[in-house]
Amino acid sequence: MEDLTLKIEHLCSGFFTERGYVPAVDDVSLEIPKGKVIGIVGESGCGKSMIARSIMGILKYPGKITKGSIKLDGRELVGLEESELRSIRGKDVSMIFQEPMTSLNPVVQVGKQVREALLLHENIDKEAAKDEVLKIFEQVGISEPLKRYRSYPHELSGGLRQRVMIAMAMICKPKLLIADEPTTALDVTIEAQILQLMRQLTRQTGMSVLMISHNLGVIAELCDEVYVMYAGKIVEQADVYELFDNCAHPYTKGLMGSIIDLDTKPERLPAIGGVVPNLLHLPKGCAFAPRCKYATERCRAERPELYDLGSGHLCRCFEKEGK
Amino acid sequence: MEQRVLLEAKNLVQEFPAKNRKKVHAVSNVDLTIYAGETLALVGESGCGKSTLGRTLMNLIPPVSGTITFEGVEITKLSKKEFAPYRKQMQLIFQDPYASLDPRMTVRDIIAEPLEIHKVYPDKESTTQKVKELLQQVGVPEEFIYRYPHQFSGGQRQRIGIARAIALNPKLIICDEPVSALDVSVQSQVLNLMKDLQKEFGLTYLFISHDLSVVKFMADRVAVMFLGKLCEIADTDSLYAKPLHPYTRFLLDAIPKADPRNRGRNKQLLQGEIPSPIDVPGGCRFHTRCPFATDRCKSEEPKMRQVEGHMVACHFAEDLAK
Repeated sequence: MEDLTLKIEHLCSGFFTERGYVPAVDDVSLEIPKGKVIGIVGESGCGKSMIARSIMGILKYPGKITKGSIKLDGRELVGLEESELRSIRGKDVSMIFQEPMTSLNPVVQVGKQVREALLLHENIDKEAAKDEVLKIFEQVGISEPLKRYRSYPHELSGGLRQRVMIAMAMICKPKLLIADEPTTALDVTIEAQILQLMRQLTRQTGMSVLMISHNLGVIAELCDEVYVMYAGKIVEQADVYELFDNCAHPYTKGLMGSIIDLDTKPERLPAIGGVVPNLLHLPKGCAFAPRCKYATERCRAERPELYDLGSGHLCRCFEKEGK
Repeated sequence: MEQRVLLEAKNLVQEFPAKNRKKVHAVSNVDLTIYAGETLALVGESGCGKSTLGRTLMNLIPPVSGTITFEGVEITKLSKKEFAPYRKQMQLIFQDPYASLDPRMTVRDIIAEPLEIHKVYPDKESTTQKVKELLQQVGVPEEFIYRYPHQFSGGQRQRIGIARAIALNPKLIICDEPVSALDVSVQSQVLNLMKDLQKEFGLTYLFISHDLSVVKFMADRVAVMFLGKLCEIADTDSLYAKPLHPYTRFLLDAIPKADPRNRGRNKQLLQGEIPSPIDVPGGCRFHTRCPFATDRCKSEEPKMRQVEGHMVACHFAEDLAK
């Protein structure tokens, strides 16, 4: 059996709002083998960040995990006490967020913020911890580490802040790094730098990464395996090459179609009509049916399962049933 | 094809005061021509001054120096009152459809506002009728006319913003990152709509964007901006096929390609960060990041000149062309 860093089974989490339960993540199963980069792609509101937050145990009221299991290296995370979660967070699992400015404390030197994780989780004195920080700053490509150590977040550019975030996430050598849209707020030349850095770091350290993005380009640059999410459910799952060569779900096809090819100049872009459904009022059948041009009566009445297309390629569409 | 000049900017400078009597050099000596009916894209990274240039071209922020000529009239010289009829001709579409619509106004009032300010229709009914027509043109059901912005999705809100922008039949629309806040699938819908409207009404777009894929689809010509200066202007196809300025080349190279087999291959990455627009580097402003920079680049600022049909500001554009 493969060595799994993370195994999520039948995870359901959502929000209990005044207007009813919002099923943000609905029966999601996901596996992250050791040393692999797994991607989740989907549009805003599809539940991809909710998965990350469920793993980290940072769902805020009224959000809650209602069902399922999340195992990190075989250890169940669902139902752990806050104190136990704290000892895992930042040590075994850590996370990089989209907007580094809002995730850093504006009044503390960034070096000290990175050091904090070490002091918290490792038995190490302040001086030694500082040396570790300077070492990791170098590793993530921060020039003049000593000067940057004493910088405050506002003195750094967006790219440098994101490097600091990556350093902070990696300082305790986590088993799993969750990156939630890590390059979305960055300029394209800086994005390319950060993606290259993440590729190097995963190769060097052998850690597992869960990469969350709406950008198929970013996914293609980094991931080994990809899950496509729509309205809280996984609609397709495949090896990255298989997905980009033979995507099967109409939604994935639509997403791929909206990528603008730099080599051709079409008159119009193929667009997916309609909008993402309201999770409070999901359609009775397949959630994508109202926007799908292939939808049949059955799609509108019943919900499809994930069907196996062979070699690990799964697709939630009746069209693929029994194929 | 005979091209008619719609707007021409010469030697445009825009500066803002910064600490210690320094200045933010947001736009420095920019010459730019926009032809009627075209889509000219303005691309660059954040902080390069593209939005400021867009707003300066509309005279929303009057330039520190330089001239802007719109249909032969120098609008930089006009008084506020004299400028009013030209304001109608130039409209703006904003990036964030959540922030650019007043949450306390109905869709009808949002779209009717420009019509009422410029007293286009004599009474309320005909204004409302026009709003309905506009909603239909941008693909929002007209029965939503009395709803508030929060009842719409991001894509629909952007459609409402577009309806407001075209309400006065403007000639030029400055679109400042109009689809950056939208999801990919919705982005395509809005881009298609913008192309359709351009055809229908003969609009001219200045399309400001950092997204080079979107620009490739939308633009006829592209102007690349770096740190307050234009570094290359060329026809879209020619620019993407053969960028002559090193910065353009790096920008194009940096786009993440949706092809896992090509990941990281042959990619030349631009090192370093964008210099501060307060202390701009002397010589060529790009020389601190440019791997081809020589001593000449550090001391002598390159002039915009024509090379192989592009306008490019680089001493060594011919070498890069090879």
